[in-house]
Amino acid sequence: MRINLTSIFVDDQRAALAFYTEVLGFTKHHDVPIGDDAWLTVVSPDSPDGPELLLEPSSHPAVKPYRDALVADGIPLAQFAVDDVEAEHRRLTEAGVVFTQPPTDVGVATTAVFDDTCGNLIQLIAEKPASS
Amino acid sequence: MVRRRRELRHLIRKWILAYASFVADVFRALDDETRRLILDELAASDGQTLFEICTRLTMRHGLNSTRQAISQHLGVLESAGLVVTERRGRSKFHFFNSEPLIAITQRWPIAERGTNT
Repeated sequence: MRINLTSIFVDDQRAALAFYTEVLGFTKHHDVPIGDDAWLTVVSPDSPDGPELLLEPSSHPAVKPYRDALVADGIPLAQFAVDDVEAEHRRLTEAGVVFTQPPTDVGVATTAVFDDTCGNLIQLIAEKPASS
Repeated sequence: MVRRRRELRHLIRKWILAYASFVADVFRALDDETRRLILDELAASDGQTLFEICTRLTMRHGLNSTRQAISQHLGVLESAGLVVTERRGRSKFHFFNSEPLIAITQRWPIAERGTNT
């Protein structure tokens, strides 16, 4: 069994695609129209055959209360791995991205949390090498 | 005149009672290791979401309390005035407020110590 695809809800699929590709740097994988929406997925350019992230429309009435409660408590809905959290924090802040948690040393890793402008909080993580 | 004085005395008594319960809340809030650690982490980096506080307590202090438990601890600290919250954007942030501690040092002043003892 493999994790092939996971999804997050986004307020606006086109705005989400722009943010996830142009700002975060992912690559568009599928963009198949389904009615007014699309089956819209992105992948990491580092692993184009790796897991896809589905940017799913947030129109279901259960989504808003669910996300509002999580965002209020600062709880991220996905975690992306990076080489250097501090560098990504600098790069994304310059691009206008708002962080709810600055880079924080949590012992085995450094983490940070930002607002993806599509309704979700996302955690960045860089694990420390085991030797240090 | 007499009535005024009685009213004034009544007000002072009410204030003393309010002060006593306020100080008791502060001591009760501080009488717990998890709540002291929360204040340590906020004092080190002010303005944290519940998620960040939980992350720091788990990863840096090895605590395994649930988010609900930490949320309740924050409620105790907030009602004692040691933590204040502010909504920024869609998230709620917690800040350390040292003001209630001033009342303690005013009551039991810290003596200035000379360098040659």
